[in-house]
Amino acid sequence: MNQLLQRELTSTLRTRGSVTNPLGFLLLSLLLFALVDPGAQGGQGSYLSGIFWVLILLTNLLSLDAMFRRDFDSGALEQMLISAHMPFVAVLMRIFVHWLSSGLLMTLFVPLFGLLLGLESETFLPIMLVMLVGTPALSLLGSIGAALTVGFSRGGTILALLILPLFLPVLIFGSACISAAVSGLSFAAPLTWLGLFSSSSLLLAPWATWAALKISVEMQ
Amino acid sequence: MSGSFAASLKQLWHKLGSPRWFYQITHNWVRGFGVMAAVMLVVGCVWGLAFAPPDYQQGNSFRIMYVHVPAAMVAQSLYLGMGVAGFIGLVWRMKLADVAIAATLPLGITLTALALFSGSVWGRPTWGSWWEWDGRTVSTLVMLFLYLGIYALREAIAEADLRARAAALVSLVGTVNIPVIKYSVEWWNTLHQPASFTLTEKPAMPAEMWLPLLVMVLGFYCFAGHNVLSRMRLEILRREANTRWVAELFAAKPVSASITKES
Amino acid sequence: MGVGVAASDRVEWGFTSSAYGLAVLDQSQHLHQADDKSPRHLESVLRMLALSCQRDQRDLFEPLNLVVGPGECIELLGPNGSGKSTLLRTLAGLHSQYRGEYHSVAAVYQGHRLGLDELLSPLENLAWFAGLQDQRLDRDHALAALARLGLLAEAHTACYRLSAGQQRRAAIARWLLAEHPLWLLDEPFNALDVQSRVLLNEILYEHCQAGGAVVCATHLQLQVDGKVTLELEPVAEVLV
Repeated sequence: MNQLLQRELTSTLRTRGSVTNPLGFLLLSLLLFALVDPGAQGGQGSYLSGIFWVLILLTNLLSLDAMFRRDFDSGALEQMLISAHMPFVAVLMRIFVHWLSSGLLMTLFVPLFGLLLGLESETFLPIMLVMLVGTPALSLLGSIGAALTVGFSRGGTILALLILPLFLPVLIFGSACISAAVSGLSFAAPLTWLGLFSSSSLLLAPWATWAALKISVEMQ
Repeated sequence: MSGSFAASLKQLWHKLGSPRWFYQITHNWVRGFGVMAAVMLVVGCVWGLAFAPPDYQQGNSFRIMYVHVPAAMVAQSLYLGMGVAGFIGLVWRMKLADVAIAATLPLGITLTALALFSGSVWGRPTWGSWWEWDGRTVSTLVMLFLYLGIYALREAIAEADLRARAAALVSLVGTVNIPVIKYSVEWWNTLHQPASFTLTEKPAMPAEMWLPLLVMVLGFYCFAGHNVLSRMRLEILRREANTRWVAELFAAKPVSASITKES
Repeated sequence: MGVGVAASDRVEWGFTSSAYGLAVLDQSQHLHQADDKSPRHLESVLRMLALSCQRDQRDLFEPLNLVVGPGECIELLGPNGSGKSTLLRTLAGLHSQYRGEYHSVAAVYQGHRLGLDELLSPLENLAWFAGLQDQRLDRDHALAALARLGLLAEAHTACYRLSAGQQRRAAIARWLLAEHPLWLLDEPFNALDVQSRVLLNEILYEHCQAGGAVVCATHLQLQVDGKVTLELEPVAEVLV
């Protein structure tokens, strides 16, 4: 398992832009929003939290498209499917590293985003907690769509169509959490639901991704 | 007693693996469903649109419910059916399961769109807005996207076997997802009118109002049965076009007069 | 190990291959089952019973009945499009539309695509493959294999910097380390220069001598003693 993790980390780090592009996109789009609508600064509750989560979803969408593509083209994906003794672990490592480079990274940059949007600093920590709980679900569920569409040359639109319905609960609970946090209210309830959703995705999504990969590999 | 029941179930399951058997057995069902659908829809429409008493709050605009509610119910049932077919297709690789999915898609998409449109039309005079974000509307909208997604996926994959497996996987995942979405949005905000008709509860409407609704719902289900079965039969013929039994089927039928007239 | 069992009559019955439960997870799960205990099976590395691969529900070639024992080298011949690659992919478990059965022991598959991560060095790639099989990479063993293939100096260079022939040889190192008896190879001589081709033939010969088996699709003749040639026959179009 260690060697698997190491390979995924090395591979991701060496791919140019795999770490910086999603982050850059998120930063830029937040800047645009802050620029266009000065009212968004000062934390207008649910409007802001919704925007924030939508942008996170879109950023994830961008990075998911290429999640399996390189390995698909090089044939490494086939080898993984043939040789893996524990398919669940192999897929999970890939998803985990994807999350590290997207969800976790965005979580760490929340203070910066908060400053841009004029949020109060006490809300930073709750927002980071919410993102920490919610973003794994995005990587997990998104990997299913990425695995299904990896064989298509222009799979981007179908990918979005397939996984945005899956992302919706994260969006709903996530923005409920953030708007509660920004208003100073308790966000324990939606956070629990979000955690439940993320943990069930953790148990179920890798199997669906594996099945989808097996289907895609046969398309070559 | 139970032994023979289990044995006959097993036999039925095995027979479902044969598209030919399915084709032969559904021959009469299609006609039966069609007739029942026609009768019920006519009766239901006339009764509901002309004879049911007007609602004291909503006046006559509530009548769109007679289209909206059955469309939504059947669309959801079809989606659930697709999910089950997806599961069967993935686990047992039954060919008929993919035929079922392909056949259900067009009607499912149409009915979901109809439900959304009629719900919107109903909402405008009744609650003043074309659209509200609540549990039922969001989950129906998401269901439409999932239907469209499965359709797009099937169009994108050329190989029949792979197309079947991919569609089955997505329909299965989607079926798990729809209730989650529904409850999450309902948790967030509930505005939609509580269910006007459930199978177990006593409805809140007087009998003269929900009886035609019941007839319309049954009519829609019969129509769905007719439509899906017809499409399945057509799909079976298309896929088995190179086999002996299909060739025999069309060799036996005499060429009808109308066709010779046109050519 | 690969096992594939199919319902016999594709016309009547709508259950396609691998119909025995949980087909989603089946291939790798079946891999560790012991099938039948007949002594013949224990000897053979690969058995094919009336196996015919399909695309779009059409057979690609006449059904194959073949038993491959240890030490045998099968050369798969046939024109382009005759189904050689599909057959190899089926035996490797990457193609699930077929009729008939096959039973095989653990196999190495090498397709047209290299199967290497270009951003990693050969050594890192080998570590990954070992990790996939839940094993620790034996560095000395790996370096020895790379040395045999003339890649010792490039063991730590990222694969995208290597030439096509060097990348091919890095892929070959994977076979040597996998320690699987059966090798399924699809055009392994592509992009190899004369010297490397000789080396590859030697490696194939040694593998067969050591009790392994090779099924190799190739346009170039294999220079391996005792090879057996298998040609796939196309199917005549018949209304079933």
